[in-house]
Amino acid sequence: MASKVKWVTDIEKSVLINNFEKRGWVQVTENEDWNFYWMSVQTIRNVFSLEAGYRLSDDQIVNHFPNHYELTRKDLMVKNIKRYRKELEKEGSPLAEKDENGKYIYLDFVPVTFMLPADYNLFVEEFRKSPSSTWIMKPCGKAQGKGIFLINKLSQIKKWSRDSKTSSFVSQSSKEAYVISLYISNPLLIGGRKFDLRLYVLVSTYRPLRCYVYKLGFCRFCTVKYTPSTSELDNMFVMIINFHGGGLVNNLRLYLESTRGKEVTGKLFDENGNYFAESSLWGCVCPVMNNDKHCFECYGYDIIIDDKLKPWLIEVNASPSLTSSTANDRILKYNLINDTLNIVVPNGEIPDCKWNKSPPKEVLGNYEILCDEELAQTEGAERDLRNRSGPSIGLKGSRTRETGKTALTTWK
Amino acid sequence: MLQEEEDLSLTIAHIVQKLKGSRLYSQLERQAWVSLQKPEIKLESLKEDIKEFFRITGWEKKLQNAVYSELTVFPLPRHPAAPPEHLKEPLVYMRKAQGSWEKRILKSLNSMCTELSIPLARKRPVVEQKELLNKWNEMGTDEPDLSLFRPVYAPKDFLEVLINLRNPNYENGDHLNLRTHLGLIQVPLKVKYISELKDYFIELSLNTGQLGIDDATQVPPELFENEHVRLGQKVLAEQDSAAAQQYVRQGSPTALRAELWALILNVSNQPEDLLYYEQLKSNVIQHDLLVDSLIYKDVKLTASNDDYYFVFEDYLYQVLLCFSRDTSVLGHFAYNSASPPKSYIRGKLGMEDYAVFYPPNGVIPFHGFSMYVAPLCFLYHEPSKLYQIFREMYVRFFFRLHSISSHHSGIVSLCFLFETLLQTHLPQLFYHLREIGAQPLRISFKWMVRAFSGYLATDQLLLLWDRILGYNSLEILAVLAAAVFAFRAVNLMEVTSLAAAEAVLADLSTLKVMPLLQIFLFATVT
Repeated sequence: MASKVKWVTDIEKSVLINNFEKRGWVQVTENEDWNFYWMSVQTIRNVFSLEAGYRLSDDQIVNHFPNHYELTRKDLMVKNIKRYRKELEKEGSPLAEKDENGKYIYLDFVPVTFMLPADYNLFVEEFRKSPSSTWIMKPCGKAQGKGIFLINKLSQIKKWSRDSKTSSFVSQSSKEAYVISLYISNPLLIGGRKFDLRLYVLVSTYRPLRCYVYKLGFCRFCTVKYTPSTSELDNMFVMIINFHGGGLVNNLRLYLESTRGKEVTGKLFDENGNYFAESSLWGCVCPVMNNDKHCFECYGYDIIIDDKLKPWLIEVNASPSLTSSTANDRILKYNLINDTLNIVVPNGEIPDCKWNKSPPKEVLGNYEILCDEELAQTEGAERDLRNRSGPSIGLKGSRTRETGKTALTTWK
Repeated sequence: MLQEEEDLSLTIAHIVQKLKGSRLYSQLERQAWVSLQKPEIKLESLKEDIKEFFRITGWEKKLQNAVYSELTVFPLPRHPAAPPEHLKEPLVYMRKAQGSWEKRILKSLNSMCTELSIPLARKRPVVEQKELLNKWNEMGTDEPDLSLFRPVYAPKDFLEVLINLRNPNYENGDHLNLRTHLGLIQVPLKVKYISELKDYFIELSLNTGQLGIDDATQVPPELFENEHVRLGQKVLAEQDSAAAQQYVRQGSPTALRAELWALILNVSNQPEDLLYYEQLKSNVIQHDLLVDSLIYKDVKLTASNDDYYFVFEDYLYQVLLCFSRDTSVLGHFAYNSASPPKSYIRGKLGMEDYAVFYPPNGVIPFHGFSMYVAPLCFLYHEPSKLYQIFREMYVRFFFRLHSISSHHSGIVSLCFLFETLLQTHLPQLFYHLREIGAQPLRISFKWMVRAFSGYLATDQLLLLWDRILGYNSLEILAVLAAAVFAFRAVNLMEVTSLAAAEAVLADLSTLKVMPLLQIFLFATVT
């Protein structure tokens, strides 16, 4: 007799709980025997910390990877992207191609970013190149826009310069570490309003890499009109964090095609979107990610499009919000969880970490395969993908581009 | 033959007179003078050479477009001796009904005015003017207290008036027979039979490629889409209004739509147009009108709550507030059965010298009015262009959806056409719905009054409006309404109440309009 899946959650949200209940799963506490635990990021830290000595059994799965922060902490993501770029450049991969201004053609999907205080001097050099630009300071360890502020003068971040000049072996507590990125001062506006895009990407395993992108996303609009004037720096909270409501990404395409034309819109949705969602996982994070077979993760990608229709990856969230503000919002998130569970807990049965994590196409729901390394592998049989050390990344990079439509999918 | 020639010269004289007062005329004059400098213009063949010059430089095309626009928009006098009211509406009983409806609306507006002690118009103090100017791009963030304002009327109020329309010359007879019209509209209007509709909408037939059907992802683009896009680009290069109108009957490619509609509506982006818009904007800044609050209320109630249009809230204010003050809109009352309401300077009631049109454009907005503008925000992101397009759409089409007339695109005819189509081709359904107290028009009226805005998905709505422009007629709204009922007929046959019928037809957001129209017109066995 098949016993029911036992679940625990730290996140008390109806979109989760309704999905568990509709599968007939049984709620338990964390001290009991559980099969499925939707954890908060704090809990996952405890579970996988060395002191805890926690061992997950084969019939237990959790919704975070142990070192997800390699992707979701702002400073580590930037570090990994920079490392990936250097590796590609070193082996002369075509992906690392630069244009006449020295900017990466394919890998320039994150705004110029530096770590503070570590890269302070490098930052100053860059800052001086365009002194009228605005930069955004974000604390590494915080979420939901806490502690963010804008600067346009070096004097505003004096504090980090002083610290960097002090003895370098005084370890900075991670709470004080910041990243500073070039502020996108020319965002695409719709109805005169600034917005960002939220996309969902599910990773069921990092080795082999299997990731899926959710076909539905969000445009989150500001309630206050956008102006680039620096007096707005004081009202920044209202500009960036406030969030009015959602709209489906398809209507975005209609709007852009109608007002900007088909070619540039096509470029945005079909070409550019391709490289960074997949690159961020594949090249940047895969090599460093601890691929614990008990884990899967659903990331929230925050993207801003500028007025030249270039997308910029701003942040990747390990715990995308499951709160809903409208009925459509709730439906989308409910379906997101539903499709996620269908993929990671096949048939709603007691999980077995030994399975090959290859779901049949029918259960994908609104997910689309973003990258399936194994699938691509069987099609590009002559390429050796078994070793994942440095030099072969270039090979993988080029394989990525050539296999094109089979392994990758484009934004729809 | 002679009569036709006379009519033609009357028409030509009429159009020439209209165009003489237009900006295009002075531009052509100026161009003609400029051309005299050119070596190819010779004195001996001056007339021919200037004509050739106009042809080469595209001015002839502009003139052609202007003439075409006049022909399309302004109906010609049927008879030289016809009085001007006949141009507005030839049937007396319709004119009377429209007149009393207008009186009711104005009364409602005036009483709201008195109740709230708010003047119809007020000059803003300078401080308030400055404030509004600063906030011009974000009026949506304002949260004025609108609780005391009510919309002057809603579509269902208007429907009741239409239901009670009667032709005093028409004896319906008390006995029911096969020809009795079972619907709500009880006036005898001439509407097209389905065979006539098939001819009229021939470009929508099954053998002709359509955007909205033949551009679906499973269909290879070489079969229709690519060629259609190429054709569209050619039409735009030629800048030919008439060709564009013919072209969009098969749908407009998304990337070309904004330009094509502008070409069809003969809206260009001249500096004078921008100046005119700025002038309207300064009128808004200087004076506050009571209708402004009605507009705010309407936007907040309708567009702001729409999942896709809420983003454009600020644009809607920028367009509608200016629209209320645009006296050039008064021109359309020559062929609109409605007349602009008149108001009198305080204390001078009844004295024509002290009468003003209120609001300045003569159009009192009703509940849902802002939805006429909202879909256009997907095409035009520059406020003055958006404004001009909306104004043209209004004076060509939308005004017919809320005035009482016998015109074939007027709302009364659309309702009658809808009911006739349903009764003739889906008699069982019609009879069933009538029996359970769910007269179909009660459900479809709101769709037609809003030209389906807010009910269909945006991309589908734009495909529908392509055909409105292409055929220069609103009849397609009635056909679509009937097609929707036909599509959901099976479910509708099972309902037993008006509320249940409403529920079946509550959500149209998943419908694809072109297949529905094609099936209803060309693939239904009659």
